[in-house]
Amino acid sequence: MTDTSHGTGGLTFDKTKRSWPNELNILFALFVIIAIFEILGQVLPYMNDQSFLFDTKDRFDSIFNEARLKIIILQVAIIGIIALGVTQVIITAGIDLSSGPLVAATAMIAMSFGQTELVNGFANPKALFGTWAMDLPVLIPVVVGLTFGAFIGAINGTFIAYMRIPPFIATLGMFLICRGIALWWSGGNPISFPTEGFKWIGSGMMPVVWFLSLAVVFHLIMRYTVYGKHTYAIGSNEEAARMSGINVNRHKVTVYVIASMLAAFAGVILAAKSETAQAGMGEFYELFAIAMAVIGGISLQGGRGSIIGTVLGAMVLGVIRSGFTYIKLDGSYQLMAMGSIIIAAILFDQYRQRNRA
Amino acid sequence: MNDIVLKTIDLTKHYGGVQALEGANFEMRKGEHIAIMGDNGAGKSTFVRQITGVEQRTRGTVMFDGQEVNFSGPLEAREAGIEAVFQTLALADHLDVPDNLFLGREITKFNWLGPFRLLDYKAMREETIEGLNKTGVKIPNIRNTIERMSGGQRQCVAIARAATFKSKLTIMDEPTAALGVQETAQVENIIRTLKADGDPLILVSHNMRQVMDLVDRIIVFRRGRMVADLRTEETNGEDVVSYITGAKTGAQFEGAA
Repeated sequence: MTDTSHGTGGLTFDKTKRSWPNELNILFALFVIIAIFEILGQVLPYMNDQSFLFDTKDRFDSIFNEARLKIIILQVAIIGIIALGVTQVIITAGIDLSSGPLVAATAMIAMSFGQTELVNGFANPKALFGTWAMDLPVLIPVVVGLTFGAFIGAINGTFIAYMRIPPFIATLGMFLICRGIALWWSGGNPISFPTEGFKWIGSGMMPVVWFLSLAVVFHLIMRYTVYGKHTYAIGSNEEAARMSGINVNRHKVTVYVIASMLAAFAGVILAAKSETAQAGMGEFYELFAIAMAVIGGISLQGGRGSIIGTVLGAMVLGVIRSGFTYIKLDGSYQLMAMGSIIIAAILFDQYRQRNRA
Repeated sequence: MNDIVLKTIDLTKHYGGVQALEGANFEMRKGEHIAIMGDNGAGKSTFVRQITGVEQRTRGTVMFDGQEVNFSGPLEAREAGIEAVFQTLALADHLDVPDNLFLGREITKFNWLGPFRLLDYKAMREETIEGLNKTGVKIPNIRNTIERMSGGQRQCVAIARAATFKSKLTIMDEPTAALGVQETAQVENIIRTLKADGDPLILVSHNMRQVMDLVDRIIVFRRGRMVADLRTEETNGEDVVSYITGAKTGAQFEGAA
């Protein structure tokens, strides 16, 4: 080693020397968790030799239990979209707690522009606005929702970047404000009966399609664009980033805007999927989104992590959720297990970082 | 006048009642390598901080590249062409060598994409290797992140960053203070490369051998004042030490300290 670094060795460009990516560790953990459930399924007396992941009863064309695979990913897709944004925020060494209530507020606002005029021939009983807001093209509720998200993100980002409010506090305040907006928007009443076009956004496997396409887009952005590079640089060493001529404040605002727009889009999808919007929606979504990122190896100190990691983190949560349902254990155990896994993920991350130097 | 890179007139910095720097008149020509020496607290780093805009001076004028300048921060100084390598390195630990070298001035494609324009990794890697070869910096794997590198390698990356981007003036504040023998030799080689290319350099150092080996002129500070301006070939280590300790004071600086 000393030979090559100081001696005559000179410069080598050796692709094989690239480090072992953390994503492989998470993938490995994912397989281990799946294996544990698979084994439990065989061992537990009341399980009747069911398989967790494989199609033992010949119900599908493939060897996998497709129904379960679909559920695993479908139930994390919407929170996963939020996690894609919160990942970028955490990489800048920030945090966004406002995403859950933002989901609810956006669901309410978007749904109120996505209602049908007639339900079974009668006037929409849950109509919020007059007929002018009824049967609008699907693009309108989506654009309204995303604009609202961008607005909230811009406020978050401005307070954090320009007024030096710690991200935890700024987004905690926004957490309450958004929950308040969600309640105020319709006076606490649910908004229901969306148009067919609006329903389509969240129908069937559409949430998964959105989640995975957005994951691909943001993976490419974080890896191959100036935006991504500067996001990592700010989280890694904000002072160095500033000294290099990066407009750190403006960049932070952009990151929070993107994160909130993703949360807002999650709200639109959730409303479309549920075919109703309620002020209490999205409870704990912000925390589960952060959990996905943390399990996926995104360091809360900033500068480290990837979109692929977060997608794998989402899959870990999804597998645990349906695994507990599969072995017929109560939801209370689920929460305890998820909590333990989040703490374990952080411990593992610290262990890795200590062993690095 | 045209070949003067940097000139300070009556440059002064007070911290409250403490006169950290008092009336420094300094002049530097194109291609010159100048060392700044002096005891701890003599005003060396204070002097550098006023030039690089890290601090705002109390009084005096700074002329850079023929124009009077008032940098409000280090970024402005860098944009004007003063590249400083400080003891606390301004590198992003989680990024690799090309990323750090090109941070804030990336080579990009599809620039119409605005903030989402694509990074040209290949071009940046090639220029990095070229730049490192030119400056003689040896780093085993440029794809390694900074956090995986030794102190010497980090120092070399920071210096290479300053050197590869044709700055008009490079300032190094004790670049080898924390380095081993081989790493020090490597940094000194980079400095020689800068000299051969005619790039001006201000070197703050405690290392007498290094200074006598590398630079054209030595400026000595003592208790906030410039007390000597010596040509390296006309002086020796003992002589410089007597200026540093206060046994002697340069003729043109009589009464200064």
